[in-house]
Amino acid sequence: MFTIDTAVSAAYVVAALLFILALAGLSKHETARAGNTFGMLGMAVALGATLVMAFDGGVDTTATVLLVVVVLIGAAIGLWRARAVEMTGMPELIALLHSFVGLAAVLVGWNRFFQVEDNPDGAYARRLDAMDLLGIHAAEVTISVFIGAVTLTGSIVAFLKLSGRMKSSPLMLPGKNYLNIGALVVFIALTAWFVAAPSIWLLIVVTLVALALGWHLVASIGGGDMPVVVSMLNSYSGWAAAALGFLLLNDLLIIVGALVGSSGAYLSYIMCKGMNRSFISVIAGGFGMEAPTGDDTDYGEHREITAADVSELLKNASSVIITPGYGMAVAQAQYPVAELTRLLRDRGVEVRFGIHPVAGRLPGHMNVLLAEAKVPYDIVLEMDEINDDFADTSVVLVIGANDTVNPAASEDPSSPIAGMPVLHVWEAENVIVFKRSMAAGYAGVQNPLFFRENTQMLFGDAKERVEDIIKAL
Amino acid sequence: MKIGIVTESVPGETRVAATPSTVGQLLKLGYEVVVESGAGELASFPDGAFVEAGASVGTGDDAWSADVVLKVNAPSEGELDLLREGATIVSMMSPALNPDLVDQLAARPITALAMDAVPRISRAQSMDVLSSMANIAGYRAVVEAANEFGRFFTGQVTAAGKVPPAKVLVAGAGVAGLAAIGAASSLGAIVRATDPRPEVADQVKSIGGEYLEVVVPDEDKEVSSDGYAKATSEAYDRRAAEIYSEQAAEVDIIITTALIPGRAAPRLITAADVAAMKPGSVIVDMAAAQGGNVEGSVPGERVVTDNGVIILGYTDLAGRLPTQASQLYGTNLVNLLKLLTPGKDGQLVLDFDDVVQRAITVARNREKLWPPPPVQVSAAPAPAAAPAPEPVPAKEPMTQGQRVGMVALGAAVLFALVGIAPMALQGHLVVFALAIVVGFYVIGSVHHALHTPLMSVTNAISSIIIVGALLQIGFGEPIVTALALIAILLASINIFGGFAVTRRMLAMFSRS
Repeated sequence: MFTIDTAVSAAYVVAALLFILALAGLSKHETARAGNTFGMLGMAVALGATLVMAFDGGVDTTATVLLVVVVLIGAAIGLWRARAVEMTGMPELIALLHSFVGLAAVLVGWNRFFQVEDNPDGAYARRLDAMDLLGIHAAEVTISVFIGAVTLTGSIVAFLKLSGRMKSSPLMLPGKNYLNIGALVVFIALTAWFVAAPSIWLLIVVTLVALALGWHLVASIGGGDMPVVVSMLNSYSGWAAAALGFLLLNDLLIIVGALVGSSGAYLSYIMCKGMNRSFISVIAGGFGMEAPTGDDTDYGEHREITAADVSELLKNASSVIITPGYGMAVAQAQYPVAELTRLLRDRGVEVRFGIHPVAGRLPGHMNVLLAEAKVPYDIVLEMDEINDDFADTSVVLVIGANDTVNPAASEDPSSPIAGMPVLHVWEAENVIVFKRSMAAGYAGVQNPLFFRENTQMLFGDAKERVEDIIKAL
Repeated sequence: MKIGIVTESVPGETRVAATPSTVGQLLKLGYEVVVESGAGELASFPDGAFVEAGASVGTGDDAWSADVVLKVNAPSEGELDLLREGATIVSMMSPALNPDLVDQLAARPITALAMDAVPRISRAQSMDVLSSMANIAGYRAVVEAANEFGRFFTGQVTAAGKVPPAKVLVAGAGVAGLAAIGAASSLGAIVRATDPRPEVADQVKSIGGEYLEVVVPDEDKEVSSDGYAKATSEAYDRRAAEIYSEQAAEVDIIITTALIPGRAAPRLITAADVAAMKPGSVIVDMAAAQGGNVEGSVPGERVVTDNGVIILGYTDLAGRLPTQASQLYGTNLVNLLKLLTPGKDGQLVLDFDDVVQRAITVARNREKLWPPPPVQVSAAPAPAAAPAPEPVPAKEPMTQGQRVGMVALGAAVLFALVGIAPMALQGHLVVFALAIVVGFYVIGSVHHALHTPLMSVTNAISSIIIVGALLQIGFGEPIVTALALIAILLASINIFGGFAVTRRMLAMFSRS
C-alpha cells in the first residue's frame, strides 16, 4: 500500500543514498561539484518528506507560519555568511556551524524529554512503552543531549580560539585527565539514575556536565592542534545526529550521523598520523605541554637573503616547490604567492606546492586558500606525493611553515616532534624560509633547518616579501 | 677606519681582495676604502669600477698605510714594513706551514688575521676561503684536464662512429673534489670518487659521481670530527692503493685533491700507477704545492711522462678564474668584517671570546697568538662521542593471529551489546553499523585537497537533525515548539550556509 508513511520512508532511503553519493562525489575534483548538488538534493528530498509527514501529523497555521519565517531567516543568515566569509576564516566558520549542530541536537533531545519522559501519559510515551523502549529512550535522551552539548561548547571554544578571541595556548588545569574521566563517570551515573527516575533536574545536570566537559576538552588543546579538534567536532556532530536517530527511531538520521561521524573520525585520524600522535593524546592533552628540550644547542648562525637575491635564484631555478603553512594564511599571502607561481610558470620554471597534512588550521585549508587565489589544483601535491622530489629541486620556498618542515622530526630522536612525518625541504639545493622572526614554531621546538648551509632566511611579512620578489622578477 | 686594498706582489697572482661589489658592502659597514691603482687589473676590475663603487684609488703607499689592509696572499717582509703601527692585516697566511712568517708578524705592533685559519663551523662557513677557493680550483682542474685531454668528456653516437664517455677519477671528495665531480659529470663524463670519510658517499652521489668505498675492518674506519680528512690507517692505505692502481689502468683522467691540514699531502698515485695509464690520459694534482698526491708531479708545471700521460701540477687553479675568485674571496672578507664590525660604524673590534675571531688571529701587538686553542667543530659529530640515543621501541606490527584475535574480541563485545538491545532497535543497529562502514570507505578515498569542502558538506548534512525538530513542531506544547523552532533556525543556517560555502569553495578549484 502506498501511504504517506511508506512514501516518507522511501524518500528517506533515496535521501540517504543521495548523501552517500554526495560524499563519494567529493572524493575527486572532477565530481566534487556534482557531489555537492547531490547533497543539496538529498537534503531537499528529506525535508520535503518530513514536512509532508509533519503536516500529516497536524501542524496548525501559526506553527506553519513560524516555521516558514524561521527557515527563511536561517537561510538568509546562512547564505549571507557563506558569501561573506573570507577563505582564511573558514576554520572559524566551520567551528561555529558545528556548534549550531550541537545546540540543535541538545534542543531536540530536550524536546524529546518534554514529549516523553515529562509526559508519561502522552501518546509517544505509551507507544514506546508498548515496544518496551522507555528505558532505552531515557538513556538515548541523555546520550543525545550529552554529545550535543559537548559539541556545542567544544565548537564555541574552537571558534573563539581560531578567531583569536581566546588565547590559543592550552588551558592547564591540574589533573585534567581526571576531570575528563570524572565527567564521563558522572554522566554514566546520571544516565542510569535518569533511566530509573527521569527528572528535569537530572537532565539539567547532564547538560551542564557535558557543556563543561566540551569546554574543558577543547580549551586544553593548543591552537596548532586545531585541525584535529575541528575534524573531531565534525565527527561529534555526526554522532549527535546518529544518537538522535536512535532517539527518534529514524534511519535517515542514523545513516547520515554515521556517515558524518566516520568522516570526522577519518579526518582526525589523518591529522593525527600527520603529527605522528595518537588521537587519544591529542584529545587528552596539548602538544605544547611537553617541555622543549634544552635549547642551548649551538645551531650556528642563520643567513639572511634579500628579496632581490631570491628572485635571481628563482629565475635560474629549473624547479621550485612552495611549502605553505598557517603563516601564509595569517599574512593573506596566497594571492601574491599565486601571482609568483604564474610568473615563474610563464618563464618555464616548474612550480609545485607541497602541503603537509596538518598545515593550516583545518584539514585541506591550504588547498582552499590556494584555490581561492587561482592556483591550479593539479600542481598542489600532498606530502607523500612530493617528498621524494625535494632532492631534485632547485629552490624551496617555505612560507609561514615551521614545524612541518623541521628536520629534527626525522633526524633527532630526542626532539619532542621526533617521528612526525615532515616535508623534506632540506634536501633541496636552496631553501628560502619566509619568517617574521627567529621565534620557534607552535611546538616550541627550535628548527635546525634555519641554520643549514643551504637555507637562507627572508624576514618580514610574507605577503610583502613575496610582492617584493614579484617586483624584482 | 680606512681599508686598503693592495696589489698582490706574488708573481702570477691574478686575484684581488676586493671587487666593486664587495667595496660597496664594506662602505655600508662604515669603512672608507682606498684601492691601490691597478690592483684589480688582472681580475678585470679596472680602477674606474672601484671609483664608481665609492672607493678612492691611490698609490701603493696610500693603500698600505690604511688601518686595515686586505690582501690575498701572505705579505712579504718588505710589505710588512709599509704597515702603520696598530694596523690590521688580513690575508691567507698558512700560519701552520709558515712559522717564520708568524714570528715576523708577532715582532711588529700589528694585528694579523689569517683567512685560511677560519674554523670549519657552520656559522663561519661564509668566511671560509679555503672552501670558496677550493670550489673554484676544483672546477678549474676539470677545465684544465679537458683542455689537455684529446677527447670528448661525454659519450656520443655520431654518424662518424661511437664516442665513449671519458672516465674520471676524483681522489678526495672535499669541497674541491666535489666541485670537480660536479663539473666533470656535467660535461658528461663517468665520474668516480674516493675519500676516506664514508659519510661523503651521499654527497658524491648527489652531484653525479660514483663513490668507491675503501672497505676495511670496522675499527679502522675514519670518522671526521673536525670536518677535514685525517691521516688514514695502514690497512686502509693498502686497500686504497689497490683501488688507485686498478682505477689508474682504467680511467682517462685523475684529479687528486687529497690534503690533510698542516701536513704534507698523502701520496696516492705512484709512478707505477701513472705508467699503467693510457697515453693521452691527464692527471691534475691539486695538492702539488703541498708535496703532491701524484708521484712525478711538479708544482706549477705541466709534465709529460714517457708513456704520454700529462701531469698538471698547477698551484694557481683558483687564480685562473680571477674575476670569480676575487669576488668570492672579497665576499668572504666582507663577511669577516661584518663579524668584526658589530656596530656597523667602521670600527674594527676583535673579540677573543668568539672562537672564530680567536682562531684566525695569528698575532696582535707583538704577541704571538698562534696556534689558537683547538676548536671542536663537529661538522658531523662522531657517533662514538655522543651517547647513543635511547632506542625507541618500535611498534611491532600485529601478526595475523593477533589481528584475528582482536577482531574476534571486538565481534564478541559487539555481539553482547547488540544482543541485549531490545528487538525494536535491532534493525536500526544494523543500519547504523553498515552506515559507519560505508562512511569509512566513501571518505577514505577523498582527495586531500577536498578535505575542507568535505567538512563543510558533512556539516551541512549533519543538520539533518532538522528532521527531528520539524516533527516536534506539531506537538502543541509551547515550550517544545519554541525549542524546536530555535533548532530549526540553527539547522537551516547550517544547511544553507554549509552547502553555499561548499559551492563557493568548489568553484574556486581550477585545473591548469
